[in-house]
Amino acid sequence: MEDNILLQINNISVVYSDVIQVLKGVSLTVEKNHIVSLLGSNGSGKTTTLKAISGLLKPENGKVTDGTILYSGEPIQNQSPETITRAGIIQVLEGRQPFKYLTIEENLRVGTATRWGKPYRQDIDLVYRYFPALLARRKSLAGYCSGGELQMLVMGRALMAHPELLLLDEPSLGLAPLVVKEIFRIIKRINEEQGTTIVLVEQNANMALQIAHTGYVMENGKIVMEGRALDLIENPDIKEFYLGMAASGDSRSYRDVKSYRRRKRWL
Amino acid sequence: MNFFMQLLVNGICVGFLYGISAMGFVMIFKSSSVLNFAHGELIAIGAFLFLVLVTWAQLPIALSFFITLAGCFALGFIVERLFLRPLIGEPLIFVIMLTVGLAAMFKGLILLIFGGNLHTYPRFLPASLGIDYGPVNIPPVYVATLIIGITFLVLFGLFFKYSSQGIYMRSVADNQRAALSLGVHVRRVFALSWAIAALVAGMSGIVLGIINGINVHDLSSIGLKVFPVVILGGLDSIGGAIIGGIIIGLLETFTGGYISPSLRDVVPYIVLVFILMVKPYGLFGLVEIERV
Repeated sequence: MEDNILLQINNISVVYSDVIQVLKGVSLTVEKNHIVSLLGSNGSGKTTTLKAISGLLKPENGKVTDGTILYSGEPIQNQSPETITRAGIIQVLEGRQPFKYLTIEENLRVGTATRWGKPYRQDIDLVYRYFPALLARRKSLAGYCSGGELQMLVMGRALMAHPELLLLDEPSLGLAPLVVKEIFRIIKRINEEQGTTIVLVEQNANMALQIAHTGYVMENGKIVMEGRALDLIENPDIKEFYLGMAASGDSRSYRDVKSYRRRKRWL
Repeated sequence: MNFFMQLLVNGICVGFLYGISAMGFVMIFKSSSVLNFAHGELIAIGAFLFLVLVTWAQLPIALSFFITLAGCFALGFIVERLFLRPLIGEPLIFVIMLTVGLAAMFKGLILLIFGGNLHTYPRFLPASLGIDYGPVNIPPVYVATLIIGITFLVLFGLFFKYSSQGIYMRSVADNQRAALSLGVHVRRVFALSWAIAALVAGMSGIVLGIINGINVHDLSSIGLKVFPVVILGGLDSIGGAIIGGIIIGLLETFTGGYISPSLRDVVPYIVLVFILMVKPYGLFGLVEIERV
């Protein structure tokens, strides 16, 4: 069992600019070759959790002040992003963040930064196999591509680095439902075919839980619920507040919301 | 007509040189948004290093040339390591003020060692390099300038377009956060851009030294001429720096030739103001691609 654990976060607290505490004791476990989805409303600390793992807190003046992040048994909290990416953890940032003035193919080549000097042709072909839409536009500037193409681009760019652990931050943000479906299908395929472990932060709880093995729900910088994705989908609270279905199918009064609030305090 | 052709050729050559000096400046600005006020001093250091190697150490010209370039490259690296790196993450204005300080320091050191007098290189360019074709008469040094300049331009163009390191450098200039998330060694990119900028500056220092003689004050004031050049070309465009340089060079020589030599330093700035009124990003500055 222990050997299966790729990433273990033990009770971490994250503070920005020495005063603003965002995470208050988050613990989570990511097993090898699994997809773990991290759900929660805006400002609940999902993105901060990802940045704590990838080391990208540092340039934003954030710090893990407490707890440990173990990656394959080694502590990596507060390491520089250069070190962490070279250990095999790549984060795909929220809001896509392409290199606008580079072509699609040049964007992909930046993904080889962690293993500079090694051949990369095969990896580019692999990315084009997963995302055929990119092949057609390989010579055009990323700044002129559509949102769906850009999401594929940034995921492909991350794949170029041969990540062992891929952190995806809201890949469905602002995309049409059909494109979202396509993206999630590809995430699942990458996980199955490449054996890449994935942590998926999402607002779209339904889609995320369908492809994930386990799920965590965050509120106000804490984990309030965790479990197998199959169980979470069936959980009445999740159903009601993240999937938008009434628990019993009929009455949805304000009282129910309050009961959820009460529950939350216990969790 | 003869006079016109002569001015045209001179203007293009001098302008090319301005453009190449500006290229180093643009490179630092693109990667780290730092305006380097010590650029003129880097040019002067290149010129004086070459002088030392050629006249004091009596090394062959070609060898001195390469040692100077390598020395400047190393100097750029060291400057970044020692002075710039501790300031990463600090407000940009601190970094820019630091380059002002560096400028004063370098200039002071050069004055201390070499004094403020005019030095010259021994004549080493073969006269056969000059082109004497009908009305056009290009002295050897300008031909050499063009050859060196075009070689460097092509080399850097290839480097940035095709080499992985060049693409990483462009990615940092484009979106630093995303580059960081992919494991691009951003500090190494900064160091490399300083090193390349110093190398290019050193090279233009040598050529300027051949044309005008070597004097600290003259060479470091070229650093200031870089500003109209890059603003005209667009602060973040390397190609724009070259074209901006050629425009400023032509303006200078034509005003000097046809109007009055004392106006040659003023007219480029006047034209600059008018161009910026029409194109505020400069001629080739990146206009933000708005869609994300």
